[in-house]
Amino acid sequence: MSRFRPPPWFVLLLPAIIILTAVVLIPLLLSLYSSFTPYRLTRPETLYKWIGTFNYEKAMKSAHFWAAFGRTILLLTIALNLEMLMGLGLALLVNKVTYGQRALRTVMMFPMMFSPILVGFQFKFIFNDNVGLVNNALQSLGLSNVAIPWLVDGQLAFFSILVAEMWSSTSVFAILILAGLFAVPRDPIEAAKVDGCTPWQSFRHITLPYIMPFIYIALAIRSLDVARAYDIVQIMTNGGPARRTELLWTLIGRTGYVDAKMGYANAMGYISIFLAIFFTIYFFRKLNAARSELGMAG
Amino acid sequence: MNENLLYRIRARLLKMLHFVTLFIAMSIICVPGLWVVLNSFRPTVEIMAKPPVWVPGDLNLDNYRAMFGAVGEGGVPVLQYFTNSLIISVTSTLIAILVGMAGGYAFARYRFKGKASIFIGLMLTRAVPGVSLSLPLFIVMAKTGLIDTHIGLILVYVALNVPFTIWLIDGFFRQVPVELAEAAEIDGCTRWQAFWKVEFPVARAGVASAGIFAFLTSWNEYALASQLTRSTFSKTMPVGLRDFTSEFTINWGGMCALAVLMIIPALILTFLVQKHLIAGLTFGGVKG
Repeated sequence: MSRFRPPPWFVLLLPAIIILTAVVLIPLLLSLYSSFTPYRLTRPETLYKWIGTFNYEKAMKSAHFWAAFGRTILLLTIALNLEMLMGLGLALLVNKVTYGQRALRTVMMFPMMFSPILVGFQFKFIFNDNVGLVNNALQSLGLSNVAIPWLVDGQLAFFSILVAEMWSSTSVFAILILAGLFAVPRDPIEAAKVDGCTPWQSFRHITLPYIMPFIYIALAIRSLDVARAYDIVQIMTNGGPARRTELLWTLIGRTGYVDAKMGYANAMGYISIFLAIFFTIYFFRKLNAARSELGMAG
Repeated sequence: MNENLLYRIRARLLKMLHFVTLFIAMSIICVPGLWVVLNSFRPTVEIMAKPPVWVPGDLNLDNYRAMFGAVGEGGVPVLQYFTNSLIISVTSTLIAILVGMAGGYAFARYRFKGKASIFIGLMLTRAVPGVSLSLPLFIVMAKTGLIDTHIGLILVYVALNVPFTIWLIDGFFRQVPVELAEAAEIDGCTRWQAFWKVEFPVARAGVASAGIFAFLTSWNEYALASQLTRSTFSKTMPVGLRDFTSEFTINWGGMCALAVLMIIPALILTFLVQKHLIAGLTFGGVKG
């Protein structure tokens, strides 16, 4: 009697595949189906009417959708790059500390312990034009004598969201890069020192290649999180004022739940998933390239 | 001699610069948090004061007392929320770590067909916007009777965390040289023993950081929790924060008090897990 024995990698991956199928894939198919219907939450029977790609065409032609799309890409690019640079800086600073590093690492991760919804409320208060801390600090220092409407002006609101986003997520980069820094072997750095490399040279050619995979992992995870996160923006501005900070997720959330046009919202969601697919594949390629440089690919 | 002195001055200056930059960075990280902690001890009048009261004049426990108090007097079922959050986060983190370790190990150590596509496929499950997912998830959970239960949220959070626990743990296992496990197997270990005795301790940093991320994600998640919970039986703390908002006003003091209660366990856990992050140091010399 021959018995089928699945390969070990398959057995190891099976739990992950099962749980993701059950919790993500099945609901996903449901919502994919609903994106081809005029499904409205208020009228359940609309779920059974097939209208083909009407929702997709509507989204493709919608200026609001593309504006939100562009703004999301803008926020993603700026936030990810700045968070990465600041995280790298923070990790290097903390890595240099010899005494009390454990406490510092905990402090460094402080923002991660704040629920995004709390970060939203907190920065909503901090940037409040009347009682907020930022305006009060500026006025006390005499740098400004008018109340700056941080969350009401379009440009400033975008900036405020960016600040909140960066405050809450720079530590994700910092902690991953720091973990990567611990994994950098000491020997090549010492050899480089003996050979007369400057600190910058040994950082650029030895340390950086070693932590690159960690940076790409962090970038990939964060790009997906930013592309689906919702809480901070929803609480701080809810896409306002007058759609000036409208991002994909607030637009989709509002269309789905407030306007109750679930089918249309899902269609917009699926178009925007391509954004996430693009980022994932891009960072995955980069990660593999960085790894093969270290001989860890495959 | 002169050169020596110059070098010493430069070293001292660099050290001071390092200290100052670190101090500023840490202050920026801490101030918004301290503001929350401080406000949890202050009456609303002082929180909303204009000009602001930077140096607190009146610290008391009123907000905490109100929070733990009767429902009619601004109290919320904090302890219930807290227990729910704790059960859901800890269970889902443990499961996510186990599933992630299995998957991450498979990706790091085995070569098989379609590896890259399976990997990207798994990651993409995390790309789905929460909004597109929450309603169908709600329908499925309602059909299976998992709405308003711990199990329902645990399942969701495991699924939420597995993609990146796999990604992280895979990354750290790759840093462990294959030769290490092979050497252990030559010395008479089984594959299983080689994994637990040699590879796992070395990759512990990765598992620890994946654990911290998974715990914090489920501890802090709001959007899906607010959809899938109905009553105090399963509501988690981030959803509880909403108890302090009404249509036009926000009870800042009460909210900050709950926030402090929310941060403390995360802070303790992070501090305890911190020391495992250093594990990466140990194998620096192995790869020649």
